Amino acid sequence: MSAAPIVLHGRRVVGGRTEGEALVTRQTISGWGGVNPMQGVVIETHHELRGVSFKDKVLVFPGAKGSSGWSVAFHLARLAGTAPKALVFNEMTTKIALGAVVMRVPAVTELDRDPLDLIETGDWVIVDGDAGTVEIHKRG
Amino acid sequence: MQLTDDERALLDGRDGKAKQKAMELLVRYAEALGAERFVATTNVAGVPGQGSVFLANYYKESGGGRDAIFSHFDLDSDELVEMPPVVTSSCHLQGGYDPENWQLLGATEQAAQVLKDTEKYAADRGVKILKTCTPYLVGNVPKMGEHCAWMESSAVIYCNSVLGARTNTEGRESTSAAMLTGKIPDFGFHQDHYRRGTHKIEVDVAVDSLMDWGMLGYFVGEVVGERIPVIDGRLGVPDLIRYKHFGAAAASSGGVEMYHIVGVTPEAPNESAAFGGNRPLETFRYGAAERKRVYETLNSNARDADVDYVMLGCPHAALEQIAEACTLLAGRKISPNCRLWIFTSRIVKQQADRAGYTEVIRAAGGHVMTDTCSAIGQALPPGTKVAALDSAKQVHYLPAIMGIQAWFGSTADCIDAALTARWNGRAP
Repeated sequence: MSAAPIVLHGRRVVGGRTEGEALVTRQTISGWGGVNPMQGVVIETHHELRGVSFKDKVLVFPGAKGSSGWSVAFHLARLAGTAPKALVFNEMTTKIALGAVVMRVPAVTELDRDPLDLIETGDWVIVDGDAGTVEIHKRG
Repeated sequence: MQLTDDERALLDGRDGKAKQKAMELLVRYAEALGAERFVATTNVAGVPGQGSVFLANYYKESGGGRDAIFSHFDLDSDELVEMPPVVTSSCHLQGGYDPENWQLLGATEQAAQVLKDTEKYAADRGVKILKTCTPYLVGNVPKMGEHCAWMESSAVIYCNSVLGARTNTEGRESTSAAMLTGKIPDFGFHQDHYRRGTHKIEVDVAVDSLMDWGMLGYFVGEVVGERIPVIDGRLGVPDLIRYKHFGAAAASSGGVEMYHIVGVTPEAPNESAAFGGNRPLETFRYGAAERKRVYETLNSNARDADVDYVMLGCPHAALEQIAEACTLLAGRKISPNCRLWIFTSRIVKQQADRAGYTEVIRAAGGHVMTDTCSAIGQALPPGTKVAALDSAKQVHYLPAIMGIQAWFGSTADCIDAALTARWNGRAP
């Protein structure tokens, strides 16, 4: 039997509820020029997720950086069917807020504990944007 | 959030479907941010309605036309609406292809046509077609304190830091909606307290040349991330071009949207004003060792000294930079094994044409082009393997986007590479 899930409480960014496998990075993500939206992968030269696909993953990351094309890159990812399923992040910025809105995926921030400390890549995560909660089921 | 009567009326459709959809998007965006109200914006810079073959095909069911792209992509509206004239001073930033050189840039006729159509669509609705990442070099100079809604990270950081106007890094969807409503969420850099310095940067190596300023900017972005650096120390007095390269670099390696230079930028008459009561969270020193490390980082992806492409003009070249390239070429021809492309705005290109610079560069075997750059347009000369660049921003992006090697150095190093097809750049 698996351990009881960990539940984090935060604030709604975009509503909706979904679940999926977590993809976690401690590095901020650049949109335009940092990801290839048609393939759904990170392309930034020095990024720890370089070459990794975020398609259908619950992306857990500190936040957005780089070009103002952040929303366009992830908006295109939505059209191309490569967008993440949900966003869980720490640092609110205009880039990530607009990107989350046009990606139309559940998104939460301002969690009561640091999701980067508690979620590992591969964990199963339930994101409830309306309630502002993240439920973590540890892998294995 | 609190809406004024005017905002509520826009949301209720008083001024038509398009403005209603624009307001709906802005409300979703403001709620995501946690903003409590909007500010009135009088200066918007974006890429409204810009078409692409992908978008035209994607929205085929809605006719795939200009209104389909504007409705579904710009306003993120499921409903098709007709774009009305803009209500606030609005300009179109970089994007697409040079209308005179799209073939050289590798665009298809279809792509060039889509762009031409969507450009006219925006112009017909009152958008100024500046087609540059440097609107501030070609007449769009907001005044201190003015609430703006700009895209383009290198223009945003310039707007906040050098001009003292106020903008967040907006996106395509929020700027297009702001052009129709004159509203943008009251968040971040629109508010006094948000503009104060958070980190201190002590510079104790001389920073004078354009290359020096680019490297310092790259360092600053790396160490402060998205925060607000206050810079002091052995700095020469920056001109507009140095501010341009410094800010572009800081906004690429990190997410810097505003900086203060003590005694230089308008909101930093002294250090205490720059911090506005904040205690610096951390202090970073930039000395010879840090400069060396930045130089190595910027050159870490290049191995082959045979250079087949030199690109200048990131952010878009000022007229003085095109003149400098002409001086450095000194009447010589670039190597048959190398290409030289210089990117600028349409307005600066007109000046370069008049001054004879465009012809000097053409005679040497290079090209001056507008609207885009190799990273934005994903456009390289055929067969490019190794580029030489004088912009920390471009070297940050281009290898990742195009899968090539790229060297970083001074403008003189780059022109030398164009003439010899070899990289001879040296660490400062």
